[in-house]
Amino acid sequence: MTPAVQVEQWARAMDATTETTEPKQKVIDRHSGTVRITHWVNVICLLVLLMSGLQIFNAHPALYLGSKSNFDNPVMAMRPMRHGNDVYGVTKIFDWHINTTGVFGLAKTADGGYQIRGFPWSVTLPGHRDLSMGRRWHFFFAWVFVINGLIYLIWSIASGHLRCDLAPAVRELKHIGASIWEHIRLRFPEGEEAKHYNVLQKLAYLIVALVLLPLMLATGLAMSPGMDSGYPFLLDIFGGRQSARTIHFVTASAIVLFFVVHIVMVLISGVWNNLRSMITGRYVIKFPEARS
Amino acid sequence: MSKGSRLDRRGFIAKGLAIAGASMLGGCDSELSDQPWVRRILDSAETLTRLSQRALVPPTALAREYSEADISKDFKANGSTNIDDDNYRALAANGFADWKLKVDGLVGQPLELTLAELRVMPSRTQITRHDCVEGWSCIGKWTGVQLKALLDKAELKSSARYIVFYCADDLAETGDDDGKYYESVGLIDAFHPQTILAYDMNGAALPIAHGAPLRLRVERQLGYKMAKYVMRIEAVDKLAAIRGGQGGFWEDRGYEWYAGI
Repeated sequence: MTPAVQVEQWARAMDATTETTEPKQKVIDRHSGTVRITHWVNVICLLVLLMSGLQIFNAHPALYLGSKSNFDNPVMAMRPMRHGNDVYGVTKIFDWHINTTGVFGLAKTADGGYQIRGFPWSVTLPGHRDLSMGRRWHFFFAWVFVINGLIYLIWSIASGHLRCDLAPAVRELKHIGASIWEHIRLRFPEGEEAKHYNVLQKLAYLIVALVLLPLMLATGLAMSPGMDSGYPFLLDIFGGRQSARTIHFVTASAIVLFFVVHIVMVLISGVWNNLRSMITGRYVIKFPEARS
Repeated sequence: MSKGSRLDRRGFIAKGLAIAGASMLGGCDSELSDQPWVRRILDSAETLTRLSQRALVPPTALAREYSEADISKDFKANGSTNIDDDNYRALAANGFADWKLKVDGLVGQPLELTLAELRVMPSRTQITRHDCVEGWSCIGKWTGVQLKALLDKAELKSSARYIVFYCADDLAETGDDDGKYYESVGLIDAFHPQTILAYDMNGAALPIAHGAPLRLRVERQLGYKMAKYVMRIEAVDKLAAIRGGQGGFWEDRGYEWYAGI
């Protein structure tokens, strides 16, 4: 008997075993190629957009409401403030003043000194102060983000991904309380249920893909004096250019919050299985022991 | 699919992600930003943005005009706010009565106009929002002569493609022309009804901090396009031969020539 025939026989024997008994686990194709590719392109885009966006923000680290900047009363600002002989970095949010020396307003530099700037060098692109390069990075990756996002959205609608995988059923929405409770106890769906997104995932992904990311684009365009002349409603829907800039910042913060929660969920619900499913598509589903 | 090829594919993807990750770290360190090929790729977005906005926005679409009540009490003066130059000081001391605006280059009829001559030409007044590249906005009322009227008067030649504005302020403080502010616009913006050379701001003569005696308003672009202390206007067919060759003071220092966003 040749080794190849031997291996063939073992494989058949193993197949026979798995057919007769309840499988303990099963490998499925979880994410389509389009989802996987657009996901990782989006990761790179959002990282570059965030860091270059903070570089742009640092050029004038203050936010306002309305059409124009009321320099005396920003709704948020990061700036140095003198108190006696000392200088502090102060972050103002509405009427609260928070001492953020070393991080915001008066940031630590790479060599341990202090520098007057909004966000520190470690989170901006480029690391040193360079508004023009920040803008170049930002607008190039904004285009990649828009094209990638359009591919994802058109494909999601055409393929039924949006309707079948992402839109939550009424039944699911009714049991959202139970799903939240299970997440709080860090219990994640197993078996058949794990083949699909759960209701909280569906809502989170829908809010990000259909609300937060399009809102980033729309508020970004509302800051463009060129686009504003052709499409003045951009100014009206957000309450003026400076409000649009503030909403752009707050929405970016919400996306960072989603990112943190997303990473935590990936880590605690099986990091390698999750990562593999977003790279090769393959995802292992475990069936509970008690199931028969 | 054999096991070997799947591992290869995984290896390939892992390598790709590693390169992307390393590029990010490199970017933080600014080394990536200094690579000419990176600059070329990133800069290509400007062309895409310009062509898209030109396609999406009608050439005559007007920037929003605001009401008197919207005018900023504290309109921030950016860039040069005064000029430390004997020639300019002498002009200012005399209320710019001896100042003359030159219009030359690819024109049939070069002009030299005094402030008084500009003031008797038909004027346009507009209350508009000034968006600085840094992110802030101020609203001001501007009165001046439409650039189109000046170009018509000077009989702009059909070979002209750009209008260049030469300014009195030595923003880079080099002491020669290389450090002086200049700007340029294409013909779409040059002929736009809201593109004016303003001599009045908020109902009074343009203050020195805001570019007296004359500043450009290009309302559909960012603040750095709106040259202050304009001394001379030249019509040209290309920008490459002028100073840094990028069409403006900030453009020569890395900023976009098309500043519509």
